[in-house]
Amino acid sequence: MISQRSAGQAHDQGIRTIKYDLLKEIAIAMAVSLVVILGLALFLSSPDVPSVTIQSWAQADPADFTTTANDELAGSSVTASYGPPYNQGTGSVQSIGPLSPQSWAGVHVNVDQPNDFVINPLKQAASNDAQLAGQIGTYQAASTEQQGKWHDAYATALKDAKVTDGKVTVADGDYGPVPALLARLVQLAQTGALDGLLLSSNHFYQTDYTKPLLFINDGGYIAGVAHDQHLTGNQWGMMNETGLYPGQTWLWLYTLWYQLPPFNQVPYGDLLVVLVMVLLTTLLVLVPFIPGLRDIPRWIPIYRLIWRRY
Amino acid sequence: MPWENLLPDRQPFYVGSWVYVFGVVTIAALVWVVLSGVVLAAFGPQWWHLSSAGRFFNSLHFWSVQVFFVFMVLHLWGQYFMASWREGRAPTWMIGVVTFAVSIVAAFTGYLSQQNFDAQYIAMNAKDAVNATGVGGFFNVLNFGQMYGLHVMLLPIAIITLVFLHIVQVRMKGVVPPLGHEVKPAVTWELRKK
Repeated sequence: MISQRSAGQAHDQGIRTIKYDLLKEIAIAMAVSLVVILGLALFLSSPDVPSVTIQSWAQADPADFTTTANDELAGSSVTASYGPPYNQGTGSVQSIGPLSPQSWAGVHVNVDQPNDFVINPLKQAASNDAQLAGQIGTYQAASTEQQGKWHDAYATALKDAKVTDGKVTVADGDYGPVPALLARLVQLAQTGALDGLLLSSNHFYQTDYTKPLLFINDGGYIAGVAHDQHLTGNQWGMMNETGLYPGQTWLWLYTLWYQLPPFNQVPYGDLLVVLVMVLLTTLLVLVPFIPGLRDIPRWIPIYRLIWRRY
Repeated sequence: MPWENLLPDRQPFYVGSWVYVFGVVTIAALVWVVLSGVVLAAFGPQWWHLSSAGRFFNSLHFWSVQVFFVFMVLHLWGQYFMASWREGRAPTWMIGVVTFAVSIVAAFTGYLSQQNFDAQYIAMNAKDAVNATGVGGFFNVLNFGQMYGLHVMLLPIAIITLVFLHIVQVRMKGVVPPLGHEVKPAVTWELRKK
């Protein structure tokens, strides 16, 4: 392409010009890029590690699943105290001084985690199970204080839980109906029924995975899988892909901040990173008008290599 | 600029470096991104998980995106070190950077639309940053339907429109002359007219 450009030089109005065929150049670029892309696609394919489902989680680590479900009911999970846009909590709300866009935006994706993740799916299963319906009734009839005691005691007992044939057992104690409820939830999860129940919202078609993803995210199982795939935040996860495939490498600068203090030390790290990236992107857009930034190309004469033939 | 001069048939002599090819390859890769994406969209989001043909087209889409970004970044840095915004070309530069930013959002929604473990974990990680800005309730990264719709329709339209405006700007203002050799804007269609 370059040699073709050199052909047919001419002078006009003091500026030497050369013949140029844009369509030919685009055609060649498309052909060459297609060969490269075809080669990469044929020989390297593309990544497709299956997602974690509620079912695969409950089968692989029923104790973690039960602990998480207990936290959801007790209101002690990350989601329970998250805050906007899911609920009115404050646990994950990020603010820098008076700047708190997360609070300002408010709740727009309502998530009622005890009912959405545990009680409502169990109620559906209880439609033909009188014993389960009775246990749900007992749980809901108890005072909040009593429910809290059951959950605290069960959470402590779950730390030494034993798993046999996919069933979770703990030492005897006063846990009320909680172990029975969660044992049934584990059963629903292990059969795959809970994956569907978490998506149902009086509509046949569903494309919103907010609830199951938040539920899975509250557990500890998926973080281990993600670590094995080098996808966690401290592994530069945002720009990585599963396996050895290139990911969103163009996010390297965004991901870099998460590896450095103060971004990885303050509770408002995400907001700080986003603000820094918005500022840097704005500066990049406005480079032509910013003294210093627009002068760097003159100070670092890479242009002499680019125009060395001129 | 007259329509008959939309495509250049002459360029200034200094347009003679491989750096000028980066932008053209970026556009070429964008064409393959769009075409492979159209095939994937036509067969639906599950297709590529279930058939070898679907997997192949997903691979074409995946690698064309990688090539697109590699050459777009090379193009951006090349133009930066050529100070290509000089002599009235600031809008060209600004549209280019905005195109880069919108492309990142488009790619991000694509990664979220993969329906595999990578998509799942990226969504979980990204939600906190998006929520912290206050837009999480309106741009819900955990909502596959919303991300997929943005990825296959609105964001590609935005990118194609921006690329078109970028190219029109390049044609209207001409290619930037070498640093230290600034002349009157080398608008080649005007040269040709005379």
